[in-house]
Amino acid sequence: MSIGSAAPRPYLEVKDLTIRFETDDGIVQAVSGSSFSLEKGQTLGIVGESGSGKSVTSLGVLGLHRTRSNAKVTGEIWLDNEELITATDEKVRLLRGGKMAMIFQDPLSAMHPYFTVGSQIVEAYRVHHPGLNKKTAREKAIDMLARVGIPQPERRFSDYAHQFSGGMRQRAMIAMALVNDPQLLIADEPTTALDVTVQAQILDLIRDLQEEFGSAVIMITHDLGVVAELADDVLVMYGGKIIEKGPALDVFQNPQHPYTWGLLGSMPRLDREVRDRLTPVKGTPPSLINLPDGCAFHPRCPYAGRNGNRSFTDVPVLREAGAGGEHLVACHLPAEERTKIFQQEVLPNL
Amino acid sequence: MLAYLIRRLINAVVTLLVVTLVTFGVFFLVPKATGSDPALLYVGKQADPVAVEGIRTKLGLNDPIIVQYGKFLKGIVAGRDYSNGPDITHCSAPCLGYTFKTNQEVWPILIDALPVTISLAIGAAVLWVLMGVLFGVISALRRGSIWDRGVMTVALAGVSLPIYFTGLLALSIFVYGLKWLPNAEYTPFIDNPIKWFTGLILPWVTLAFLFAATYARLTRANMLETLGEDYIRTARAKGLRERTVIGKHGLRSGLTPLVTVFGLDVGALLGGAILTEAVFNLRGLGYWALQGIRQNDLPTILGVTLFAAFFIVIMNLIVDLLYGVIDPRVRLG
Repeated sequence: MSIGSAAPRPYLEVKDLTIRFETDDGIVQAVSGSSFSLEKGQTLGIVGESGSGKSVTSLGVLGLHRTRSNAKVTGEIWLDNEELITATDEKVRLLRGGKMAMIFQDPLSAMHPYFTVGSQIVEAYRVHHPGLNKKTAREKAIDMLARVGIPQPERRFSDYAHQFSGGMRQRAMIAMALVNDPQLLIADEPTTALDVTVQAQILDLIRDLQEEFGSAVIMITHDLGVVAELADDVLVMYGGKIIEKGPALDVFQNPQHPYTWGLLGSMPRLDREVRDRLTPVKGTPPSLINLPDGCAFHPRCPYAGRNGNRSFTDVPVLREAGAGGEHLVACHLPAEERTKIFQQEVLPNL
Repeated sequence: MLAYLIRRLINAVVTLLVVTLVTFGVFFLVPKATGSDPALLYVGKQADPVAVEGIRTKLGLNDPIIVQYGKFLKGIVAGRDYSNGPDITHCSAPCLGYTFKTNQEVWPILIDALPVTISLAIGAAVLWVLMGVLFGVISALRRGSIWDRGVMTVALAGVSLPIYFTGLLALSIFVYGLKWLPNAEYTPFIDNPIKWFTGLILPWVTLAFLFAATYARLTRANMLETLGEDYIRTARAKGLRERTVIGKHGLRSGLTPLVTVFGLDVGALLGGAILTEAVFNLRGLGYWALQGIRQNDLPTILGVTLFAAFFIVIMNLIVDLLYGVIDPRVRLG
C-alpha cells in the first residue's frame, strides 16, 4: 500500500445509514445511523424484534426503498468500492440480483403465484445475462435447482410455487437468489416459515453454498440460535439503532446490553433444567414515530435508573464495551457495573 | 378435464331449465292469480267469447300448467303445432311462441335483434376494458397525485350518472348540437362497416363510460394491492426493470380478478342493454324486453329472459374454464 492511500474498504461497508419514511401519522425513523461492515466469506447476523429495523436495513442495502416515494435514505453504502446511495437507479438495479441478492422470509408469498418456479429463476438469470438464449438459461436454472437439493429438477422446473413443500420452496428461492453468483447474500429470516427439521437443512444449505461461492452473508433473524450457529459477527438492533455489535462469540459469551440479556433470557433451551416460564423482555417495542427520549430501551430496562438519570435524557452512543476492541455497546451503565449485573443477576437465570 | 367440462355443461343446461321453469311460472301463473287472461291480451279486449275460447284452445291455455310448460319446452327443442280443430299453425323449432299483439314468431324477432345487442356489447366492452385498465393502472402508479384524484373523481361521476342522463347529454351535444355524428342507428356490419361504426360509436362510448369508471376503480384497487405483495418486492430484488415489474408481474395478478367481473358484465349486457338501447333507439334484445314489458307480451318477455339467462350461464362457464388456465392455483376437476 502506498503512502497516502486509504486502507482498502471492506467488501460491504455501511456508514451512518439512516432510513425514514414519511407517513400520514408522522415520520417513521426506521433506521438511525447504522454502521457496519462485512468481508467476503464472512457472515453477519442481525438480530432484534419485529420493527427493530433489521429488514429495513437490508432492503436499504439493496436499494429497494428507491421505489417508495416517501422513503428517505441517507448515509453511505459501499459495495466492492462503489457507493450505492448516490448511484443511479439503473446502476443499483443491475447490482440487485447480480452482485447482491436476497432470500426472503416467506417463499410462498415471495414467489409469483402465476409463473412457474423455473421461469422465475430463468428471468432472474437472463436479466443479468442479456442476449442469452432461453435454452441455456433453462439449463442453468435446472442446474441451480439441482444444486440446492431439489429432486427431479427438470420436472419441478415447470411447477408453481404452491406445488412445492415449504422447505423445497425455500430451496427454490435460494436457487433464484444464487443463480447469478452474488458476492453479497442477504437472508431475511430464511427459516422462520419452516418446520424445525427443515430449518437446519436450509441453514446447512446456506452455509455450504457460502463456502462454495465465497460470498458475504447477512443473516437477519430473531432466532439467536441461528446467529450463534452461523454468524462471525453480530449486530443487535433496537428501535432502529444498533445497540450492541461485535464478534459473535464475544456477544454471546459476554453480552453487554440489557436488551441482549433479555433476548438471551427469552430463548428456549434444552440443555437447561425445565423452568416454569421463559423470561420475556417486558413491555413492547417502541413506536418508531415517537421514540422514547434518551435510550430507546429505557422504558423496558430494569437498570435504567442506575447511573443517574442519563438513560432518560441522553441517547447512548456505541462505545467499546471494555472487554475487547471490537465489541461495542450503546449503554449508559459503566462497564464494571454491566459486568457485575450480568455475572450476578442475569447469568444465573439464563 | 373432459369430465369437468361435461359436468359443467350439464350444470348449465339444468340452470337454464330452472330459469325457464321460474320465468314460465311467474309469467303464466301470476296473470291467472290476478284474474287477467292471456287469451284476452292476444285477441283484444272487445273480442267475442267464441274467438277468445278458440285462442285459449289453440294456445293450450286450458291445459294444466305443467302440460303447458312441457309443450313450451318441446317447442324450443322440436317445434310445436298450435291447433284449434282444423286450424293448425306450425311453429318450427326453436319455437318461443307468438307475440300477443302482432302475432309474430318470437324466435326470429330475437335472432334479428341479437346482432344489434352483440355489436353494442362487444364494442363497448373493448372500449371500457382498455380505458378502465389504462386509467386504473396509471392511477395506481401515481397514487395520490392530481392525476389519480382527477381520474377517480371522473370515475365516481361515471358510476353515479345514469345512462339516460349521459346518453341524452351525448346525443344533444354530438348529434343535435355539434352534428359530428349521425343519429345513432344500427346498420349491419356486413352491409356497411363504416355506418355500423359511426352509428354505434355514441352508444358504445356512453355505455363504456359507465363500465370504464367501475373498471378503473377496480383496476386501481387490484394494482395497489398487487404492488404491495412480497413477490413484487422479489421481482425488484432480482434486478428486473421497473417496466417488467409492473407490466409483467404486476398486471398478471392485478388484472386476473377482472376476468370474472368482465365475463359476467358482458354476459349480462348480451341479454340486452335496456336503457342504452332505449335511449339510442337500437332494436336489440333490450328494446324487445322493454316492448314486451310495456305490452304485457308474455312470450316476448319469456324469450328475452331465456336469452339473457343463456348468455349469463355461458359467460359464467367460460370464465370458470378460463380461470383454470390463467390461475394455476385453480385445479379443475
